[in-house]
Amino acid sequence: MTQQEINIEVLRYNPEKDSEPSYETFQVPFSHETSVLQGLQFIKDQLDGSLTFRWSCRMEICGSCGMMINGVPHLTCSAFLRDYYPGKLRIEPLSHLPIERDLAVDQTDFLQKLESIQPYIIPKETRSLEDGPFKQTPAQRERFYQFSECINCLLCYAACPQYGLDSGFLGPAAMALLHRYNSDSRDAGQAERMPIVNAQEGVWGCTLVGYCSEVCPKGVDPASAVNRNKVSSTLDYFFRFMAPRGASE
Amino acid sequence: MQVVQTDIVIVGGGGAGLRAAIAAAECDPKLRISLISKVVPMRSHTVAAEGGSAGVVQSCDSLDSHFHDTVAGGDWLCEQPVVDYFIASCTREMVQLEHWGCPWSRQEDGSINVRNFGGMTTARTWFAADKTGFHILHTLFQTSMKYPSIQRFDEFFCLDLIVDDGRCQGIVAIEIATGEFFRFEAHVVIFATGGAGRIYPCNTNAGISTGDGMGIALRHGVALRDMEFVQYHPTALAGSGLLITEGCRGEGGFLYNKDGYRYLQDYGLGPVDPSPRPKAMELGPRDKLSQAFWHEDRLGRTLDTPLGSVVHLDLRHLGRIRLHERLPMICEMAETFLGIDPAEAPIPVRPAVHYTMGGICTDGNTATSLPGFFAVGECSSVGIHGANRLGSNSLAEIVVFGKVAGEQAAQAARTSRGIDTRAVAHHAESSMEAALALFEHDSDQRIVDLRKAMQAAMEEGVGIYRTEEGMSATCRILDELVETNRRVHLDDKNRVFNTEWLTAIELGFTLDVARTMAYSAIQRKESRGAHQRLDRYEQRDDTNFLKHSLAYAVADAPPRIEYQEVVITKLPPAERVYGGQAKSQLQGE
Repeated sequence: MTQQEINIEVLRYNPEKDSEPSYETFQVPFSHETSVLQGLQFIKDQLDGSLTFRWSCRMEICGSCGMMINGVPHLTCSAFLRDYYPGKLRIEPLSHLPIERDLAVDQTDFLQKLESIQPYIIPKETRSLEDGPFKQTPAQRERFYQFSECINCLLCYAACPQYGLDSGFLGPAAMALLHRYNSDSRDAGQAERMPIVNAQEGVWGCTLVGYCSEVCPKGVDPASAVNRNKVSSTLDYFFRFMAPRGASE
Repeated sequence: MQVVQTDIVIVGGGGAGLRAAIAAAECDPKLRISLISKVVPMRSHTVAAEGGSAGVVQSCDSLDSHFHDTVAGGDWLCEQPVVDYFIASCTREMVQLEHWGCPWSRQEDGSINVRNFGGMTTARTWFAADKTGFHILHTLFQTSMKYPSIQRFDEFFCLDLIVDDGRCQGIVAIEIATGEFFRFEAHVVIFATGGAGRIYPCNTNAGISTGDGMGIALRHGVALRDMEFVQYHPTALAGSGLLITEGCRGEGGFLYNKDGYRYLQDYGLGPVDPSPRPKAMELGPRDKLSQAFWHEDRLGRTLDTPLGSVVHLDLRHLGRIRLHERLPMICEMAETFLGIDPAEAPIPVRPAVHYTMGGICTDGNTATSLPGFFAVGECSSVGIHGANRLGSNSLAEIVVFGKVAGEQAAQAARTSRGIDTRAVAHHAESSMEAALALFEHDSDQRIVDLRKAMQAAMEEGVGIYRTEEGMSATCRILDELVETNRRVHLDDKNRVFNTEWLTAIELGFTLDVARTMAYSAIQRKESRGAHQRLDRYEQRDDTNFLKHSLAYAVADAPPRIEYQEVVITKLPPAERVYGGQAKSQLQGE
């Protein structure tokens, strides 16, 4: 295997010691299949054990290892050093989120937002286990499935300019998951979730940049979830305030 | 040290831990449940399970058939009453997940779809495309948010159990973000801490699967059962070990050696059919398929790549449309990690360590020998997998027994004899001191060197095939590594988010668990399931070894191995039959 070397510049920040972040460069050997994550692991194993970042599954499904690579949000397990060579890489923590240490960001805000959208089936009918599964045709499943593929990696939050300006904005992933439950044929929770959608910090905060969908590693397309919710929100408003009582049923 | 007073502590936020938390909350909403996980729950390794979860659902299928497949698949080292309960409960739990929103793949009429899986007589594997673990995990995680009595402690690293007066009374944990110690005083503790695949160099596991819970339990005198049985998944990527689901073969994928020959027919798995026949060829059990690869490799019939030898998993005949419907993640992974399109080219694969059949010894109710302490999921050995687990039985296990653990814990919490807070505080202090002592060492031993030495020794001596000589060399190396690890060096002396420190603590657990595997293996003088020997003990020996191994910790010495009878109620030991004869065997019963 041919081994080359590449420079990786990483953001360092230790809240116990540093008043502000700085950058440090490491030289890392790589071969054709070396991921950016493996580059960071090499630094931690061999050069500086204090470099701090999250990782786990290595296969784009756990959502732990999102970072900014040369300014672009990306999962580091599925980005490869070869694609940046002979240039260098600058690795930074995901934008718009508070840094805990080095490349690890605080995920609490997203987790609270996720909880706020009631991300569970609010059933249409009471159904016991003895009644067996709900019927759901492939077409019905198709209506929400894409939005259920969100791995909560937060790349879309790092991409979203609106979230950067106002962290109160519900944001792409939480909106996509809200839409996922609202669109599920087994669910009847839309009315309970609509106040979140309608709020200033809900769907109307989105300024339609669409960068969230571009960076999503799973093709979830949060931007389209937001847009579909704008339609729902408008209809909701119409039926509640403009149309005669009962028209929405 | 901060103190949290609670009723039930659950360590591990994967499928088993979350299911246990929900069950306990539903049993008694007044119970305070603390869910502790070293990652945010949706990052847990359940997320990486792909192919599906078993549950009898077709009218042509039966519970007896699933029972037979599981017990024979486990080479008769299964606890049959526990398997019985498991099989009878799987489908109900799959339906429960469905009601909670799991996006199971469907048939045209809207009913559940199932696929074939290795070693299973008929299609009974429920699937959500090829991301079944991901969807089960997110469904459980999001559903758990309905229950206000479940309080999460995300990114808290469990350091130790607190045991006093012969019973478990809590745990000690480190809050990763701050490095602060927390003492959780609890009536009951459930471990749902996952497996230990990181003991081996090439594995399908996430970085977090370091056997922490097994290591902690061992240190408190709880036995680890059947640890010599380590599953190699036959189809993983060379080098990285990333998993290529058995669902590929369930959908009809073929395995070819370098001559384009479906080599499994040479290993008692034929005949060769154009479409998959259950329990034959590519739908044989994982132990047999990985062993067949080993032989092909020795015979020079595999393909050489820079990352190791491989065979070809060919999915081309399934067609692009079916591949994208049934195996979308595999298509993405092949593209991302190999740059190939499975509709156009075969996927190069080889075996990699995947699953620990053994674990913390429990009874059928997930209770360990230590009062107040339960274990569930891959970290446990409840007794259903025996010497070789069948694919799609482990996702079912985490929900079936996760529910049992939650219910049992709720009951045990109500009858607890209380907590001796002074004693608990004292024990917690000593655990804290031991963890802090890691900062005081001065040596040039880097963690990575110890880890790599352990992994190489395990692959060399306790791999797919084993010999006395190889295993005893591995045992010696592990003994030395355990000593060296006491002085391991840390670059990072900070407390905030110090993952190097946590990795050193994990390595301590991992090494102890590796030793139980190696020492249990060398003393099992027979071949059964995933434990195959090449030195005089090539046959199964029911006279002497139809027994579970139990590994116990011994202070400053290797583990002591004892044995436990296997409970056989319905299906007496017989030959495992796959390939063309499998069906006739079943019909003959």
